[in-house]
Amino acid sequence: MANPALTLLQDLSSIEDPKLIEWDWISDNFWEDIVPAIQGHIFLSFVSVAIALMISLPTGVLVSRYRKAYPPVTFVTGLLYSIPSLALFGILISVPGITIGPTPVIIALVAYSLLILIRNTVAGLDAVPAETIDAARGMGLTNRQILFRVELPLALPVIVAGIRIATVTIIGIATIGAYIAGGGLGKMIFDGINRSFPTMIITGAVLATALAIIADLSLLGLERYLRPWARRRKT
Amino acid sequence: MSGILDVFRRPDFFELLWQHILLSAAALLIAVAIALPVALAIRNTSLGAALAVNIGNIGRAVPSLAILALCQPFLGFGFDTALVALTALAIPPILINTSTGLREVRRDIIDAARGMGLSGSQVLSRIQLPIAAPVIFAGIRTSAVQVVASATLATFIGGGGLGELIVEGTQLNNTTILLAGSFSVAVLAILTEVGFGALEMAMTPKGLKIAQKRGR
Repeated sequence: MANPALTLLQDLSSIEDPKLIEWDWISDNFWEDIVPAIQGHIFLSFVSVAIALMISLPTGVLVSRYRKAYPPVTFVTGLLYSIPSLALFGILISVPGITIGPTPVIIALVAYSLLILIRNTVAGLDAVPAETIDAARGMGLTNRQILFRVELPLALPVIVAGIRIATVTIIGIATIGAYIAGGGLGKMIFDGINRSFPTMIITGAVLATALAIIADLSLLGLERYLRPWARRRKT
Repeated sequence: MSGILDVFRRPDFFELLWQHILLSAAALLIAVAIALPVALAIRNTSLGAALAVNIGNIGRAVPSLAILALCQPFLGFGFDTALVALTALAIPPILINTSTGLREVRRDIIDAARGMGLSGSQVLSRIQLPIAAPVIFAGIRTSAVQVVASATLATFIGGGGLGELIVEGTQLNNTTILLAGSFSVAVLAILTEVGFGALEMAMTPKGLKIAQKRGR
């Protein structure tokens, strides 16, 4: 059965300009070019978020304890966050020892995630009611047990909300990483521009957007699932 | 380091800087001119609320390079194409913040204003807009920073701007030009962030600042 949306798109593209989307190119290069580009993009984004989490979670916990360190940490990560990605890539590949490829892209993507992830970790821990911690202490839990069994589980929905924003941001910025040979869907966009081949541009751009929206929605689902109390209130 | 300063002394540096600023400022102004009236028009409709939130969410998810690249096959290469793309990029944060900012003005404040005899448009201009101002300007700030950053990518679709230096540096494998371009873009972005942050503070009504301090 033909997909009605797909046929509509085909019709539209053939009316406006037959060369805007060449469906033959998409089917011919699907397994060789498109699927690896999607996989590369997911790989870049996933690795970056994972590394950023490994840095942000401990930092967030520490900073929520030693409050004086919070303003400088948000200042530095905020500064990193506001550097445009192409500029940060440029600065990174100027560092001796760093060559173009996935490495500087991942470093930059990790740097961009830190602000959001640390801020949400701290906000999540802050939102844990003091009475809950008192009750846990009264039950004889140690500080470490309180952190891992009470505070972090309760902060999890807010942390996941941060992961969601960071992931969507990173999927977008990763497309630009293709300029310094990071691979992924951005490579299709740049190749398309260089070859004046709209099909590649549109395929890369649409898939990158779709990937970001899918990640956004699935992490939103996870966030809701982790907040059973909010779900109950809604129904 | 002196090599980098030489790049700043190049005659085309100011041209590129000016292009970058012009492109960003024009995109931001057009976006404000579109998003503010739309947000005001839909402020009392539930459809408007849903629309603003969804446009905001989808807008956030679309990568900036994707918007710029998608405009290219339809509009060709050049400054105008980049302007259209950057405007599209700047609209969602302003639209969503204006819409939610106006909506979050407390009902009892509006009722009190109504009770004092203010008309609908007076309530909007004297009560709702001043109270929502910090949120609206936060949206404009988000857009401004995003536009200045994304204007770096305009070079890929022939839109000019400081991104050209970064591309030149990469293609010639010239670290000096690359760093000069990167640093100037970074400084411009940080200045935008700081400048619009100050504007946001200045636009917060005095009464609201006192209330915020007391509340926390």
